[in-house]
Amino acid sequence: MTAGVTAPKVPSAAKLRKRSWYQQPRWHRLFALVVTALVLAQVTGAQGTRGDLFAALEENFSGGAVWGWLGLAVAIWLVREFAHELLGRYTSRVKEEAGRPAERPGDLTPSGGFSPAAAPVWLPALLARTVRFVTDVVRGQRLYRWGSMAALLGLLIVLPLMVSTFWQQVMVDQIGMFVLVAIGLNVVVGWAGMLDLGFIAFFAIGAYSSAFWTGGLPVEPPVELNNFLVIPIAVLTCLVAGVLLGAPTLRLRGDYLAIVTLGFHEIVYLTAKNWTEFTGGSRGAPQLDRFSVDLGFWSYEWELDPRPYYWLQLAFVVVVLLLFVRLEHSRVGRAWTAIREDEVAAAATGVDTVRFKLLAFAIGASTSGIAGVIYASKLGFINPEMFVLLLSVLALSYVVFGGMGSIPGVLIGTAVLVWLPEYLRDTVDPQDRYMYLGGLLVVMMIYRPQGLLPSRRRQRELRMAEEGSGSADALGARPGGAQA
Amino acid sequence: MNVGVEKEAGAASGAVDGRPALLELRDLHVFYGAIEALKGVSLTVGEGEVVALLGANGAGKSTTLKAASGMLAPRSGEVLLRGERVDGIKSHELVQFGIGHVPEGRRVFARMTVLENLKMGAYRLKRPDDADLDRVFSLFPVLAERRKQVSGTLSGGEQQMLAIGRALMGKPELLLLDEPSMGLAPLIVRQIFEILKEINEQGTTLLLVEQNAAQALRLAHRGYVLETGAVVMSDEASALLSDPRVRAAYLGEVAEQAEEKG
Repeated sequence: MTAGVTAPKVPSAAKLRKRSWYQQPRWHRLFALVVTALVLAQVTGAQGTRGDLFAALEENFSGGAVWGWLGLAVAIWLVREFAHELLGRYTSRVKEEAGRPAERPGDLTPSGGFSPAAAPVWLPALLARTVRFVTDVVRGQRLYRWGSMAALLGLLIVLPLMVSTFWQQVMVDQIGMFVLVAIGLNVVVGWAGMLDLGFIAFFAIGAYSSAFWTGGLPVEPPVELNNFLVIPIAVLTCLVAGVLLGAPTLRLRGDYLAIVTLGFHEIVYLTAKNWTEFTGGSRGAPQLDRFSVDLGFWSYEWELDPRPYYWLQLAFVVVVLLLFVRLEHSRVGRAWTAIREDEVAAAATGVDTVRFKLLAFAIGASTSGIAGVIYASKLGFINPEMFVLLLSVLALSYVVFGGMGSIPGVLIGTAVLVWLPEYLRDTVDPQDRYMYLGGLLVVMMIYRPQGLLPSRRRQRELRMAEEGSGSADALGARPGGAQA
Repeated sequence: MNVGVEKEAGAASGAVDGRPALLELRDLHVFYGAIEALKGVSLTVGEGEVVALLGANGAGKSTTLKAASGMLAPRSGEVLLRGERVDGIKSHELVQFGIGHVPEGRRVFARMTVLENLKMGAYRLKRPDDADLDRVFSLFPVLAERRKQVSGTLSGGEQQMLAIGRALMGKPELLLLDEPSMGLAPLIVRQIFEILKEINEQGTTLLLVEQNAAQALRLAHRGYVLETGAVVMSDEASALLSDPRVRAAYLGEVAEQAEEKG
């Protein structure tokens, strides 16, 4: 210590430990509930108009509805905060009762008999136990898994018959399309752990392949093909494009790779926009062939009706899913997981990291290519503005929102996030829709970063990160393994 | 067990103590950019041997090991496995030739369970061999207890055991170990070295890079001492242990020596 340098003042520990009232979690919860109530009041209330930005706010926040929502929020908060112990005792009694195993229907009788005074306890417990008993019995059946899958598939098949044309269009043009894209992106991001911000580029390549081979572009193809035959070609084209993007970027990880993929997207987008002689420039391809089958004795053409397209898409999604679920649990899937965890260790155990990273790119890209072909043919026209960067970012958010690496998660995530802005069309100013989407993403990433239906491994990662014994970096850009 | 390696008749492979050479490094030069990390390293590992590679920090021990396992490509020089040149072959392919690498810093797949890690180690086989799994679990009973545990939550010693076990799952004939004692308590180090001895007695050749010279030399048959990228000494392990220069440079203070003997 040299003379003249005074030691820095150390604040007292007691002062540092002190928390003001607004720093207590209790008030945070109240704040969150109030904000939620206000948002709900706005979302469920009147729609805004473009001329008067504040008309809807004024109307929604002066009526009784907003007070109803606020009252509900405060009531929830009061019960949660001040009747906490009471509530806890009650729920623990219910849980205890509900936790009793039941092997025969007779076991379902409440422990204290059906006394009316104790009904609040045994009634919900009985309900829960009955449901569990029945599902246990059903799950015990060998056909359960296939049966439930078939039931779900059946529901998905009849779903478009039960909704309006508008929702049919949404299901085909957006949900179905992005589900395929998201499944492909999930391979790259969720399984192999490479952040791809330009994934829609492959979607565009698929769409333009379709346009080219069906004769929709200014240049004549060598042979004009049916859209069904274009699909393998588009898959191949995207495969090559995926490898072309992947090969020079294999050494890159995380952020660097993300920037390169971003650049790749822009290259594809600008090529489509500016190479007028080949792609038709910003006008695009205004008239495209639709899917059609002609077997001589039977022919069919997919027309404007969205439903046949929906079923076609569903068929593709099911086939792709069957393949991918198998892939996930194969040697390939394990290799991807190992690469995501630790590339050096993966190589040391004999995983060809270069090959499997390229494979992830190629498989992801070709899935997106299929979606592109269907998209182009369904809409009947394409132009570069349909493949803007925002879509790449949205596709990534679908995967993260649903749960990276988890196929059910990605499906649900895509469905929810694509559905929400369409739903909000009727309830808020359509221009503001993405604001609510953004808000939902922020809230989701804070409170449930693992996504809606996370994969088991991803849950593990986040739990470990919380406990400080690992990193939950989405990019897998960690310098090393367990040794930190 | 060795896949695709045929011993060429008349291939120049030096024998050590009557044992045929399994791994031979000849005049290896490795560069990191402009820095020459290895300036002509030559060494031989005989079949069934335990060879220790000693040296100070930055002497080139790990670099030598990485060159042998294909993680680094030497600029010049040869790596011979049973007399056949294998330098330039990538590390994941070398695994096929029966080389197991336990990398520095353990590098277990932190978010996989112990069992998943071990299965990953058998990646080069079509499916994990249950006999290998049993062998690993009998060598490291603690791994059997924790087979369902996420490996990132294991202690350092257990992670090191897992890293060694994972390498064993690939049925290696030659196991390259990069500082298995790094950051571990003396008791655990002793335990790990006992297990390494057992692994060697079961027929696996070991090439060991170590800072802990006393421990390594007691396990090893022979040792090499590296200094600034070159081999400066090589001898029987017992001879090195009693060599005054080695004692001064790598066996450290007298106090530690006394502790090790006691």
